[in-house]
Amino acid sequence: MEILKLEGTEDTPKIMLDAKNGIFEISGRSLPEDSAEFYRPVLEWIGNYAKSANPATEFVFKLEYFNTASSKLILDVLSALEDIKGMKIMWYYHEDDEDMEEAGQEFSELVEIPFEFKTY
Amino acid sequence: MNYIYDLHRNMLDAKLILVYQGDFTQETTKSILAMAERNLDSSGEESGIKRKVFNVMVEALQNIVKHSDELIASGMSSNTAIFLIGKESNRYSIMSGNPIKKSNVAKLTEKLNQINGLDKDGLKDLYKEIIKNTTISEKGGAGLGFVDMARKSGEKLEFSFPEMNSDYCFFCLKVNVPREGAE
Repeated sequence: MEILKLEGTEDTPKIMLDAKNGIFEISGRSLPEDSAEFYRPVLEWIGNYAKSANPATEFVFKLEYFNTASSKLILDVLSALEDIKGMKIMWYYHEDDEDMEEAGQEFSELVEIPFEFKTY
Repeated sequence: MNYIYDLHRNMLDAKLILVYQGDFTQETTKSILAMAERNLDSSGEESGIKRKVFNVMVEALQNIVKHSDELIASGMSSNTAIFLIGKESNRYSIMSGNPIKKSNVAKLTEKLNQINGLDKDGLKDLYKEIIKNTTISEKGGAGLGFVDMARKSGEKLEFSFPEMNSDYCFFCLKVNVPREGAE
């Protein structure tokens, strides 16, 4: 399966989706002008991955900041991950960032996937 | 020429640390954010407060960007909007002003009053309800901006709609972010 790799910018997160090496990560800042457009390839990639997913997947979110338009798309990403067996979300937040911790908890209440919370 | 000094004095009196008037695009949003971030960093602001200010700024700025298209389409130039940041000893204030059609004032007022009528848990429930049921609008908005501003600031959203002309009002919004633990 092809690797999806996007370098992070000041308003878009770094994306690293590499099924072969078991790396699934969205990190950094997400406040693109058009969040639906930005996350489209991510959702497409996950759609393909779902067809032949690894037995276990740890999907990492390590976000420093995201805007509300991105939050909707993050929920779409989580919903796409929901149907994949062996899925687990690793939700990282900065140790003094209560808002990011709470955001992760809210997402975990909206989808049926186990979340593990970690600080960095 | 004295108006330069007058403006300078007015800004100091109103405790404004940033004023921007002009074109609002994603590019200007990024520049304003970078400027404000440097300002907050150099003043040694606490990271939690910095993040909240940043958060409210993004939503306020992207609101203006999203709604400036319709103004251009209706012959109203986009550079009629303004963005301000105030800093007092106990709080930051993120303020914006942009023209909106009079026909949209009632709906927006209702929405803002609904948000102001909710407590912390009520806002959380509203946020979850919107995020579950919304689709991204053509303008790229999720309809969550004001709810998020209210949640991050922990305070009521202040707003007014002074009249510009027969078709437009100027939507003034002020969001305060308290500086808890500030000296």
